[in-house]
Amino acid sequence: MKHHIFPAIRLTLICIVVFMGLYPLLILAIAKLAPAKGEGETVTLNNKTVGYKLEGQSFTKDNYFWGRPSAVGYNAAGSGGSNKGPSNPDYLKDVQNKIDTFLVHNPSVKKEQIPSELVTASGSGLDPDISLQAALIQTERIAKTRNIKKEKVEELIQTQKKQSINGIAMVNVLQLNMALDNLK
Amino acid sequence: MNSEITGVIIMFVASVALAIPLGKYIGKIYSGDKTPLDKIFNPIDKLFFKATGINPLQPMNWKEHLVALLTVNLIWFLLSMFVLMNMGWLPLNPDGNPGMSADLAFNTSISFISNTNLQHYSGESSVSYLGQLVLMLFQFISAGTGMAICATVFTAMKEKTTSELGNFYNFFIKSCTRVLLPISIVIAVILLFNGTPMTFKGKDQFISLQGDTVNVSRGPAAAMVAIKQLGTNGGGFFGANSAQPFENPNYFTNSIENIAIIIIPIALVFALGYILKRKRLAWMVFAVMTIGFLLLLLPSVYYEMKGNTAITKMGIVQPLGSMEGKEVRFGSAASAYWGITTTCTSNGSVNAMHDSFTPLTGMFTMLGMMINSFYGGVGVGFLNFYIFIIIAVFISGLMVGRTPEFLGKKIEAKEMKIAAIIALLHPFLILTGTAIASYIYAHNPTAYAAWLSNPGNHGFSEMLYEYTSASANNGSEFSGLGGNTPFWNISGGIVMLLSRFLPIIGPVAIAGILAKKKYVPESAGTLKTDTGTFGIMVFAVIFIIAALSFFPALSLGPIAEFFGMKH
Repeated sequence: MKHHIFPAIRLTLICIVVFMGLYPLLILAIAKLAPAKGEGETVTLNNKTVGYKLEGQSFTKDNYFWGRPSAVGYNAAGSGGSNKGPSNPDYLKDVQNKIDTFLVHNPSVKKEQIPSELVTASGSGLDPDISLQAALIQTERIAKTRNIKKEKVEELIQTQKKQSINGIAMVNVLQLNMALDNLK
Repeated sequence: MNSEITGVIIMFVASVALAIPLGKYIGKIYSGDKTPLDKIFNPIDKLFFKATGINPLQPMNWKEHLVALLTVNLIWFLLSMFVLMNMGWLPLNPDGNPGMSADLAFNTSISFISNTNLQHYSGESSVSYLGQLVLMLFQFISAGTGMAICATVFTAMKEKTTSELGNFYNFFIKSCTRVLLPISIVIAVILLFNGTPMTFKGKDQFISLQGDTVNVSRGPAAAMVAIKQLGTNGGGFFGANSAQPFENPNYFTNSIENIAIIIIPIALVFALGYILKRKRLAWMVFAVMTIGFLLLLLPSVYYEMKGNTAITKMGIVQPLGSMEGKEVRFGSAASAYWGITTTCTSNGSVNAMHDSFTPLTGMFTMLGMMINSFYGGVGVGFLNFYIFIIIAVFISGLMVGRTPEFLGKKIEAKEMKIAAIIALLHPFLILTGTAIASYIYAHNPTAYAAWLSNPGNHGFSEMLYEYTSASANNGSEFSGLGGNTPFWNISGGIVMLLSRFLPIIGPVAIAGILAKKKYVPESAGTLKTDTGTFGIMVFAVIFIIAALSFFPALSLGPIAEFFGMKH
């Protein structure tokens, strides 16, 4: 063992230089060429940052499309899911409450139209997307609170639609809501 | 729905297609053969050898390999304890995060040195950027350790009669510089251009569209995410790991990261074929691993896409499957695929919360870790499989009444004893740990209420999962478990320590002892180990030892939950 201590220390030092120093510095240098210089792409409105492109944010008001429930309240200084098991009775009660709340705010929607991602918390608590279906069932509420035609809202959703490689049609909630604000 | 499954198939096929040439490349490196990349890497390696004073051609016997490995790991442990406990005042701490408590630092240090990456902390609030960089260092060198010691075993299997098994440092340095570093750079760059941050600036603040003030964690994430996947480490930069949009921005990055998770474990099987010049043996090993992997994968994808039956009963449609703890951009199929790859390979990064998987998917992720050799962690996965091969050879030998031989070497009592101890260590650590924790909890559920965030069978599963993950050096969690207490930190730390180093020592000892023995040329009476029949035998051994010893525990957890939900 004595034999190996000094090579081990010297090996550790050179590993620190290469893997903890040079490697991240190289990536940092390449990051200057990446979008937003590797500092996270922001979304701006009137020259002010209103969010990060990749991270969802909380929408609770009736005049905005809602995103997924979040176990961390969309606090992007942290992240996490609910970690509730599928059979947990308290959890299932909580899901039921989310269904009821959604139906109160969207009286024209029938329960069986609600896709599950609107009443289940995302993995990160920062999920920026919802499925197309989840956006479409909020159309009537948005149209009513904003006093615009339902068709116009539906059209807007279709323009914001993106198809993930795996075939899921989805919309980014922040982008959709910004486009909605622009409609006026 | 079909395109979700297609996505999974593409990811798997791409992984294997890339792993075959990578395996050949790794095989060349360990054999000392020329590769086209030597021009770039020879000078880098020379720098390493010069700086360390190591002579890469100095051969070592199996004991020296182990001493070198353990010594350098001890140094890393001390370094890690120092940084994690003192990072509060050390540089690169723009968010002012505090140092760790001693028990959390103990758990985290062992966790990263042992390639486990179990995390009882959240990166955003509990680690400085210096702390993250040190952990990233361990993600390189713990993976390099696993690969190097696997190379030692490959060398021992190849040699006719020798005690000289190459140089540990040589294998280690070349694994890091020639495999891990270049591929990590490629992955990190892909991540950068898809939006993963790489900055030393602290948290940002903005006012959201709705008017809330929001703080956003950032950091040098792209560099770390690349090596965390590639080295089957799994420790995320952010708390939610690869579910967090910065770590894993879209379906494309998800596919790249998922390929990175599984590519080296598969490649090492083909490296074995190259080094031993026994392609059929490599394909036999690959086939057994793949069949086992698929048996865990297919039902998991099915159950996640089907959704949570309790939510179906509420009258909610689940077109995307069970979405609790999942991200829309990945969907259920890709999340289930990730869940099984990450647990089969001892990676432990997650893109969905495993605690919220439907019961049987939860069980299959646990089974992946319990078996821990359907590909397995970088290097160590094959060592686990090697133990099962030795046992299978011995049992087959007894069944046909011949002296058991593997690659021309007789397997005798001493090797079998080591193999049996190592094979039983894993269930012993998992089941003992879970039994002690359950005993403590059950005798005072109010005092330990903070341990579990789910009642009943699922709560038991949380504890079982924790020890399974620790013992498999996996690092994923049923995160509902409140792990950051002295009990979980220390007991988990001890389990990770034992389950990292004993399953390295055992196979290396066996391989070393076998290498020294006289070579017996193959004859008509030799049991052929590169055949389908022998593959079935190995599979049966794995099934009996690994799967059945956990059946009682699994039936108290996920199986009981599954049947409970049928009503």
